[in-house]
Amino acid sequence: MTPMGSLILRTTARLLLPLLILFSVFILLRGHDEPGGGFIAGLVVSVAFALYLFAFDVARTRELMGADPRFLLGLGLLIATLSGVPQIFFGQAFFTGLWLPIDVPGLGEVKLSTPLVFDIGVYLVVLGAVMTIVLALAEAEE
Amino acid sequence: MSTAVALPVLIPLIAGSLSLVFYKSHAVQRWVGVIGTGALFLATVALLAKTWTDGIQVMEFGSWPAPFGIVLVADLLSATMTLMAGMMGFALAVYSLPSMSRDHEAFGYYPLMHLLLAGVCGAFLTGDIFNLYVWIEVLLVASFALLILGGERGQMEGAVKYVTLNLFSSMMLLVGVGLTYGLTGTLNMADLAVKLPQVEEQGLVTVVGMLFLVSFAIKAAAFPLFFWLPASYHTPPIAVTALFAALLTKVGVYALFRFFSLMFDNDVGYTHELLLWIGGFTMVTGVLGAAAYYEIRRILAFHIISQIGYMIVGLALFTPLALAGGIIYIVHNIIAKTNLFLIGGVIYMLRGSYDLKQIGGLWKTRPMLGVLFLLSALALAGIPPLSGFLGKYVIIRAGIEVESWGIVAAALAVGLMTLYSMVKIWAEAFWKAQPEEHAERAAAFERAIDKKNLTLMMLPVIVLALLPAAIGIGAQPVIEIARVAADQLLDSTAYVEAVLGVTP
Repeated sequence: MTPMGSLILRTTARLLLPLLILFSVFILLRGHDEPGGGFIAGLVVSVAFALYLFAFDVARTRELMGADPRFLLGLGLLIATLSGVPQIFFGQAFFTGLWLPIDVPGLGEVKLSTPLVFDIGVYLVVLGAVMTIVLALAEAEE
Repeated sequence: MSTAVALPVLIPLIAGSLSLVFYKSHAVQRWVGVIGTGALFLATVALLAKTWTDGIQVMEFGSWPAPFGIVLVADLLSATMTLMAGMMGFALAVYSLPSMSRDHEAFGYYPLMHLLLAGVCGAFLTGDIFNLYVWIEVLLVASFALLILGGERGQMEGAVKYVTLNLFSSMMLLVGVGLTYGLTGTLNMADLAVKLPQVEEQGLVTVVGMLFLVSFAIKAAAFPLFFWLPASYHTPPIAVTALFAALLTKVGVYALFRFFSLMFDNDVGYTHELLLWIGGFTMVTGVLGAAAYYEIRRILAFHIISQIGYMIVGLALFTPLALAGGIIYIVHNIIAKTNLFLIGGVIYMLRGSYDLKQIGGLWKTRPMLGVLFLLSALALAGIPPLSGFLGKYVIIRAGIEVESWGIVAAALAVGLMTLYSMVKIWAEAFWKAQPEEHAERAAAFERAIDKKNLTLMMLPVIVLALLPAAIGIGAQPVIEIARVAADQLLDSTAYVEAVLGVTP
């Protein structure tokens, strides 16, 4: 891993990073009715950070991510598991889908749901897992 | 819909992810470990109580009705097994507090322990064979990581054998699941119990059953595919070994009980005859292997194999009494064997070695540890009035009833050999004087002991040593539960009705 990659790569990585993150959120939300979802969105956002890692170095990538990937992994798992729990208070089985459609002015009807919460959890688990592995490999090389 | 069935799966998942969130703070992880496994233990007690009073408990995940969705089902066998998982998880979480080194904690011991427990409980409770495969994978992944915790050379060597054989076994399981689906169009266990007898080619059902048999026999460390176990179990930290000894092979045994009573009982003359031979050879080879070793963990690892034989024999004889005996034996063995490993860990703390030739004199300095060891060891060997006697007695009586004399003789002889191994540990570690050449290290370890740590390690040991005696003396409720559990296994009507809601 060269700490100073090529200028083209660094510039492109900077440009692509926000786009990829935005795209991953789009895929995450789109996943309810169409192809997409937490897993694939998690992979896309991991690619964004991995690209940044290739262009720069481990320390900077960690700084950019803000949280340790293992923390994200645990947080995601926790969110995903907890998304199945509130159902029992409504007298339903664990992980039954609960829906809360609300009207947002300008956007129309937005359906908030427990499957969406579950998907966000999966998103974080995938991001955490991939980045834990990639960062550990990169550190071993440095 | 029963919430109680899902809690033993959800609690360790939540506890595991919580300890990952707090992965930097070992103190929080320890608290989550004890509280999480404690809650799991309580949840499993509640589940068994509910299953006992209200009958088979079912929960359909996500409210998708069976046989299309995934169901969690707790009959008495499942509930008993989860109770054992909860109990052992709690005991080991307490035992880990003083015995797990900081390095091992930093490698993520606690999250992995919870994940393993979630996998084990899920495998015990699921009512869907593909879901069973998934839970087994969850517990295997956790066990792979736990096995190499610390990353020493010996651990890697053991892990290669462990991983290879277990992946092979998982592959066979998956092939079996696929073929079953092709044959019947369903993966729900209750639905399979109805549909498998309707398959025209009953020979094919037996073939698929054999795939499952081999796969689970590998996971249960049964003859002839047991060698991954003694190759790997003595390498990780002792609390991990104890956790593996308590639960991993039992998942294989549980799956054999479930598959070859509920679903694949079409050709009992063939499959269960084979199981009887497997069980017999497993008993004998395990106990003979143990005789050759002088390392506490290796001796105990071979005895796991030998004891698995008894459980399989209980299934293979396939009478109500034999199945009850098998279930009693599983419960007894989980408690007694785990405790022997825990005592092994205490011995290491006191003497700095697991090698019987390098240690001794423990009876003089720690008579109470000696008594606790004897309680567990004699229970394992089957001396009355301890729980091992009860288990062996029921299985052997069942063997006499069906006039299977060979297996009766083998079971009795293996009991005697077990006693020999236990006496060997007793005579070497406790009775003989501390060997001179290793006295210095022993004294150093004895000086380094933290009184508080030792007490904390002894707490689970004491409880688990007294339990076999309690089971042996107050046997009636245990026998009663095991008999009803065996009846539920032999007559699948109640199970099918609880899951599918129709009378077959």
